[in-house]
Amino acid sequence: MGSRIEERFSETKAAGRAALVTFVTAGDPNMEDSLALIKALPEAGADLIEIGMPFTDPMADGPAIQASSLRALEAGQNMIKTLAMVKNFREGDSHTPIILMGYYNPIYIYGSQRFLDDAKAVGVDGLIIVDLPPEEDQELCVPALAMEMNFIRLATPTTNEARLEKVLTNTSGFVYYVSITGITGTAKPDPDAVSRRVALIKAKTDLPIAVGFGVKTPEQAKAIADSGADGVVVGSALISVMQGHMKRDGKAASTMVPAVTDLVRSLAGAIVN
Amino acid sequence: MTKSDLNTFRAGPDEQGRFGIFGGRFVAETLMPLILELEQAYEAAKEDPAFEAELENLQTHYTGRPSPLYFAERLTEHFGGSKIYFKRDELNHTGSHKINNCLGQILLAMRMGKTRIIAETGAGQHGVAVATVAARFGLPCVVYMGATDIERQKPNVFRMKLLGAEIVPVTSGTGTLKDAMNEALRDWVAHVEDTFYIIGTVAGPHPYPAMVRDFQSVIGIETREQMMAAEGRLPDTLVACIGGGSNAMGLFHPFLDDKDIEIIGVEAGGKGVETGEHAASLTGGEPGVLHGNRTYLLQDEDGQIIDAHSISAGLDYPGIGPEHSWLHETGRVSYVSATDSEALAAFQLCTRLEGIIPALEPSHALSHVGKIAPTHGPDHLIVMNMCGRGDKDVFAVAAHLGTDIEG
Repeated sequence: MGSRIEERFSETKAAGRAALVTFVTAGDPNMEDSLALIKALPEAGADLIEIGMPFTDPMADGPAIQASSLRALEAGQNMIKTLAMVKNFREGDSHTPIILMGYYNPIYIYGSQRFLDDAKAVGVDGLIIVDLPPEEDQELCVPALAMEMNFIRLATPTTNEARLEKVLTNTSGFVYYVSITGITGTAKPDPDAVSRRVALIKAKTDLPIAVGFGVKTPEQAKAIADSGADGVVVGSALISVMQGHMKRDGKAASTMVPAVTDLVRSLAGAIVN
Repeated sequence: MTKSDLNTFRAGPDEQGRFGIFGGRFVAETLMPLILELEQAYEAAKEDPAFEAELENLQTHYTGRPSPLYFAERLTEHFGGSKIYFKRDELNHTGSHKINNCLGQILLAMRMGKTRIIAETGAGQHGVAVATVAARFGLPCVVYMGATDIERQKPNVFRMKLLGAEIVPVTSGTGTLKDAMNEALRDWVAHVEDTFYIIGTVAGPHPYPAMVRDFQSVIGIETREQMMAAEGRLPDTLVACIGGGSNAMGLFHPFLDDKDIEIIGVEAGGKGVETGEHAASLTGGEPGVLHGNRTYLLQDEDGQIIDAHSISAGLDYPGIGPEHSWLHETGRVSYVSATDSEALAAFQLCTRLEGIIPALEPSHALSHVGKIAPTHGPDHLIVMNMCGRGDKDVFAVAAHLGTDIEG
């Protein structure tokens, strides 16, 4: 029996399309509004959901996700609440894979094993931890794999062929190809370059490959899907839309969820075709 | 692990870049190949006599090394106990120990064929030293500096601009040193091909903590020789201030295996460690992972990083070099703290009695020297690292003393 992540990629592959992977930060702009948004994503076309665990110092993220993390933290988000949100989501959706993404320190402080136990219990399917390269696999990756929690690794334009093998060794679920050398939501990926790299990675693994870090528009999403990627990740663009629908008191306007789901729908529509 | 378990305290880091559990390489994959390349380039440079010769030549003729070991006679009389010596690294070109590391790293950058330099800075001492070596070697240089720090360190900001550096104000997060480091790391990720990141302290991913330590160890190596010449023996106690901990590591490391020597690091106690407004990562923090390494950090119970506070922008960092965390846990080095007001008092005392205006950073160390010197006799020798001069701080000190020097 495969993991929820594997099953979802099998389904989208069978349907002859790339999967849409959406990223939002847990607790942005507050826990209640954030949960409402996450619950609305699958129906709008999100095949997999990445939920950011907010951190004060998100070194690999651009301005949109930085601001998003700080908003969540100011509203009182923490690891316990993030896991509670997943639990709540899972009660109404047992199919959509949930991947927690973030930085190591909040996990380390929570306790790595305690985190894995609790994440597993609430129905988290995979982890993407930006600052845990293969060199630090003993910290969380190896224990996660032992519990059959997918540990999704980032491959980047600087990951050369020799290193790619190292990156793929303990990767499971899918490979996240970072389409630019830079931080999230900044530069625009070059579909030709992405296509070459996706082919290179595919030659070395059977895992699905999702591409992200600079994808903002339906047109870009389609170009990435056409490059041979099995999934397209969109994050900063969703968060930028959210930012336009926030009230002064830090709450979401009633227009926020529809605005974000509209974009998700058009992204999903673009990669189906 | 206790200190009796170890034959040497100078063997770290291991192949994973660890000092015990501290250190490591907690960086995004984009940077990982670069960090491995840097490690290789540094290992090769260490073995190359030409690299060593060029660095030594610059240290002598550009920096002005060796810096003197000075007997602080009037402070010794004032405290009435130990003989107090200052290692005068504030006399270096650019006014602090930071140049020692910047020269080493820029030579390495040139060897690696990098054509662009980036750095973070808090007080601006490291930024000035980076801008200086970038000017000397003709490389473009971008310095990330928190918007809050830019406001309180105007003279250094102008110096960096004169030297041709581009200063990028950092407003993300809370606009201080840690955010400047985040922003420098973001720049590096986006410019991996041509850019060399000159980290200013003994922190960051391996090999930075070891590399910066090695470049700063000239301080301790000279101190050994100079103390033998002055007193015919090694000192009894070493004292240095700690932000990230580069000046302290430079002084301490060559003495770590002289087990009779007492070694003391002085963190910035801010308004008092008990108030929560301080920068004392070891005294008031917990181990965590930030900026590429595991080390003691100021953080809350959710692992979110808490802002440091210190009167001295150079100590205002919520972490500390991983080797210090290890030396703390093994007990080889004692770590204490001094408050803003204690540092301010030491600053004034040193200026009046020795005619040396110290930076606020080593004023913290001097404050602790004032606490321990009276408890010993004249046969007890203390060396304190006077790691920076106070010219940059006179405006801030004036403000704290309620003097309007601009009016």
